[in-house]
Amino acid sequence: MADAQIRFRIKRQDKPDAAPYWDDFVMPYAPGHNVVSALMYLREHPVNARGRGVEPVVWESNCMEEVCGACAMIVNGTPRQACAALIDQLTQPITLEPLSKFPVVRDLLVERERMFAALKQVKAWVPLDGSQDIHEGAPRISPVDQSLRYLFSRCMTCGCCMEVCPQFHEDSRFIGPAPLGQVALHNQHPTSTYFRSERLQALMEPGGIADCGNAQNCVKVCPKDIPLTQAIGELGRQTTVQWLKDLFVR
Amino acid sequence: MAKLPVAVIGGGLGGLWATLRLAEAGIPVNLFSLFPVKRSHSCCAQGGINAVFDIKGEHDSIWQHIVDTIKGGDYLADQPPIVSLCEEAPGLIRTFDRMGVTFSRTPEGIMDQRLFGGVKNRRTCFAGATTGAQLLYAVDEQVRRWEVEGLVNKFEFWDFLSLVLDDAGVCRGVTAMDLKTSQVRAFPAAATILATGGLALVYGRSTMSSNSTGAPAGRVYQQGAKFANGEFIQFHPTGIPGHDKNRLMSEACRGEGGRVWVPRGKGDKRPPRDIPEEERFYFLEEWYPTYGNTVPRDVGSRAIFKVVHHMGLGVSGQEMVYLDLTHKPREFLEARLGGILEMYETFTGEDPYTQPLKIFPAAHYSMGGLWVGYEAEQGADGLMRMKHASPKNHATSIPGLYACGECDFAYHGANRLGANSLLSASFSGRVAGDAVTAYLKSEKKAGEEIESSKCEAERARQDEINQRMIRADGGENAFTLHGELGDLMRTDVFVERDNAALDRALDGIRMLRERSANICLDHKGDWSNQSLSWGRQVQDMIVLAEAITKCARMRDECRGSHYKEAFELKVPEGKFEGDPEYAEYKAQWKANNDQWLKHALVSFTADGPEVEYAPVDTCVMPPEKPRDYR
Repeated sequence: MADAQIRFRIKRQDKPDAAPYWDDFVMPYAPGHNVVSALMYLREHPVNARGRGVEPVVWESNCMEEVCGACAMIVNGTPRQACAALIDQLTQPITLEPLSKFPVVRDLLVERERMFAALKQVKAWVPLDGSQDIHEGAPRISPVDQSLRYLFSRCMTCGCCMEVCPQFHEDSRFIGPAPLGQVALHNQHPTSTYFRSERLQALMEPGGIADCGNAQNCVKVCPKDIPLTQAIGELGRQTTVQWLKDLFVR
Repeated sequence: MAKLPVAVIGGGLGGLWATLRLAEAGIPVNLFSLFPVKRSHSCCAQGGINAVFDIKGEHDSIWQHIVDTIKGGDYLADQPPIVSLCEEAPGLIRTFDRMGVTFSRTPEGIMDQRLFGGVKNRRTCFAGATTGAQLLYAVDEQVRRWEVEGLVNKFEFWDFLSLVLDDAGVCRGVTAMDLKTSQVRAFPAAATILATGGLALVYGRSTMSSNSTGAPAGRVYQQGAKFANGEFIQFHPTGIPGHDKNRLMSEACRGEGGRVWVPRGKGDKRPPRDIPEEERFYFLEEWYPTYGNTVPRDVGSRAIFKVVHHMGLGVSGQEMVYLDLTHKPREFLEARLGGILEMYETFTGEDPYTQPLKIFPAAHYSMGGLWVGYEAEQGADGLMRMKHASPKNHATSIPGLYACGECDFAYHGANRLGANSLLSASFSGRVAGDAVTAYLKSEKKAGEEIESSKCEAERARQDEINQRMIRADGGENAFTLHGELGDLMRTDVFVERDNAALDRALDGIRMLRERSANICLDHKGDWSNQSLSWGRQVQDMIVLAEAITKCARMRDECRGSHYKEAFELKVPEGKFEGDPEYAEYKAQWKANNDQWLKHALVSFTADGPEVEYAPVDTCVMPPEKPRDYR
């Protein structure tokens, strides 16, 4: 066994406006730990490496199966879901930092409301005429189209793609890659595409698709392998067409 | 005049459907959740959702779905709501389809259906291996639209604490705590819907998300809501034991030839591959030669429990046994189980192609929950079903408080069919939304705001509980207490039960309850104090655990997921209808139903839970014949 201990360096912050600081922790090694289960151990035994009792580290997690998106944080420099980060596969000391592109609430907990607000901006929903049964389903969708949409429908709004996007940060208006993936998802649906123009127009506003710098980092970190750059490329072409259409309609 | 909003607690499938229906009716909603609603536990359901479309030429029928659900639940669920659930399932799925759910398709482009446990026909719609997430996202999107319209106001990162009750005992609002500031606020509400999901965290580690504590149900139970059939918890035989949770491993592993075994020697430390064949104990194959490793879920769970806890043969002395696939060719496993094994590898770091999986049963779903009623109505076909949009549907025993989803006790009786949970969560949310809409029309008083002094009194009471916990210095760690509660429940209130162990468990829980009054937090501040909310949740989990255990202690029979060996009625081997031995067995079975086919209704008292019993409405299909899966 390489290590009888698990060592952490955790970037902490007591309040949104407080200065961040590093706190080191050591815990006994046991096989099978991931970052979240280790944090659970530490909150039960909140003593730092210098033997000082501290307030337990604050973080967000829920499903612990990499489907809810809650526990995204920066583990050894890479944004990912902490529940799927196995201790045995990480170099120690393991550094944990909050996602840097979102306001820190406390320690590893960040406020990702901006991502959900973006979904409003691009109208990421099908315009239903009520949730009652209308005695038919959606129009037929080919298995090929379904599997294309399925790629995008697994986005859990975790924020990893936003974290690595150079254009997305506190001072920019760029909507970021995740909501663009959701536009692609909806514009491919046979009835949601009725809203297509409105979504594209929203992407032609400041902070829209033109702000993408084509760094292509987003697609590399997505835990669900969502083809974000493909969506962005396609949306770029579609907004150009939309721009021309709008020109003639006016 | 602005209308008084309805409070919906919880934003999984149930809460979001209820919210959607209310918003569509023009009723404003305050939606409370511990986290952004898109992260709710509904997203963990992988398999699918049942609805009869009969697209495979199997002559599947809604009646068969009704029968399967009633029998699957061992007759313990009220039947008129089951009729409505199954009849309305296809319409509900069509709506999901219109919402844009990426259901898997047939070559002709319609929703595909597959086979699921406990039924004979292909009846389950699915979206890849993430059906729950897809359904959740679809309703989340629809609710977001109403958020933009201004009818839905989300309170995410808020913890529901209590109901505000008026002098007549009617629910007129809620209190909740802002998890960032620890500030407690009261919210007057025209009605309240609890949609807070399951409670399996009372078992410590389970297949549930880390927020599925059941604490909100425990809170309203302590304020007078009746809790029903708490003893019925579904355990999944193949959980992957972890430090943080026991992740679900699909049963397909057994179906595809996986062999379950432990080393014959106690505490054998050798790696599994070094243990020769003759020193391996394939206990399922030895004990159940006919079915072997594919015995039904409950039989498998109990056998694993016996090997580990009664015989002390758990792998490395721990709560785990091997599920071995290594004798199968890699190509076969990749083709049949690729995705599932990949998940195992992601979370354990072990290679399931060369190392046996390690598994142990895990608490998975709570059939019991808050008691809710319904109004029955007879159709022209003579069938009794739930009356559409009756204010009695999904109403708890507290007027003005409704419950839907896993936190209620409806539909599943003593055991739940696979792929019926996404259905009941969605359907019951829709029903609860419609019921509250009707309630607001019929109850004039519901629209009036309760006197502010009542709100303030409840807010102050809750704040005082917080302050007391922050100040307390009793030396008990809330996380440790939760671990102990889980250990106790996983030992004595698990897949097999006996009254001596349950008595011991009740004593243990009472001690935990006393100790939980002395929780001392390591975090004393206000800002984002997760220890505070957890400490309170642990107290309420312990109260709920006592209700569950008391129900289990009192029910002296075997039904569905609840198993007491001492009271098992065994089917006479090799005997069938017409044989005198079978007739005797059937008579015993009927007598047992006369005594035990009834809901356990639990009321909270300061001295502990009080259990009374109420009849089950079996008007649709009375139990005439025992279940016989031979």
